[in-house]
Amino acid sequence: MSFFTEHSTLICCILLASLVTVAPKVIPITLLKGDRLPRVVKDWLSFVPVAVMAALVGPDIFFSGGTFDVSFNNLFLMAALPSIVVGCVFKNYFVTLAFGICFVIAVRFMGWY
Amino acid sequence: MATTISAPAAAAEGMRRALPIMLGYISVGFAFGVLAVKNGIPPSLAVGMALLHFSGSGQFVFVSLWGAGVGTLSIATAVMIVNLRYLLQSAALSPWLSSLPAWKRFLLGLGVTDENFAVHVTAFQKGFPLSLTTLFTCNTATWSSWVLGCAVGAFCGELVHDVRPLGLDYALTAMFLALLVPQCVSRLHIVIALFSLGASVALKGAGMGQWNVALATVAGATLGVWLMQRCGRYGRNSGGASGTARASGNAEDGQAPVGADDGTHGPKGGA
Repeated sequence: MSFFTEHSTLICCILLASLVTVAPKVIPITLLKGDRLPRVVKDWLSFVPVAVMAALVGPDIFFSGGTFDVSFNNLFLMAALPSIVVGCVFKNYFVTLAFGICFVIAVRFMGWY
Repeated sequence: MATTISAPAAAAEGMRRALPIMLGYISVGFAFGVLAVKNGIPPSLAVGMALLHFSGSGQFVFVSLWGAGVGTLSIATAVMIVNLRYLLQSAALSPWLSSLPAWKRFLLGLGVTDENFAVHVTAFQKGFPLSLTTLFTCNTATWSSWVLGCAVGAFCGELVHDVRPLGLDYALTAMFLALLVPQCVSRLHIVIALFSLGASVALKGAGMGQWNVALATVAGATLGVWLMQRCGRYGRNSGGASGTARASGNAEDGQAPVGADDGTHGPKGGA
């Protein structure tokens, strides 16, 4: 039995999932005429970046190991709080990014987490 | 495409945007490769998935459901729900790319991920000129790193040790935080950010871990428009960044950045 017949179900599943992954990525950007959208739609879209980034980062920092965790045991939450302060103070993307990663490396190196 | 920067500078800017993402993608991709093989997916098909999907959360949902023996249609439905947020991101990029022909926008659409979307839209808001070299350099570099990470994880997962001591598991979270803070240019934006963040966490806590990002984003953007109209377009809530946003918008080859007129879209709390 060849590789393809052996895994035909999985391959079909991957191709179907590719379709529902790629379609939402390309359809709006290809079909929408960005400069001819109604005013209210443009306004709405202008809020998507801030909303989607907040919606992505929220579960990252408030869930630890799959459960909601607001405590000192949640490393990502503990790293996020000073990162936000650094972001507000320095207003520099790379400084904030480097601070966050270095913070996580440092506290793990110290054996706190 | 008329740009104000040279090709090498544009490519360098693309790599600058891509580097932090690549760090995250190599490590997350590695984790994906290991998990895929554990869930009974052959390494070659795991890499094929990474090539075709280029989507972190969708792929993780796929392998965990496949490992649990769920049927094809249910897996595809779950993946589709997780990926609904790409509809929003793809649409939100379109006002910045309206001068491009459709086939170029299609190619750029293939590179839409949470991270690529976030760095590109932030650059546009800051007034960085539209440069296909920059966009394609970044998208191709991040795509390659994702596939590479998946391949290493799938084919030789046992050879590489834990990435946690390097802090790489936190890289993408750190990146979103670093991009989210400058998004909060006005009180209105801070309200939207807090609301979307809270809604996303609440939805996930309520067991809607596949819907949470898309629903929270729709709710947050709708709240933003509602508050903007309620407080008046030129209200004090949106006053902060109008100077920066308008100036940078006009510099951009006639591109009309969304929301620039009322300053709801500027890169930092200027004036």
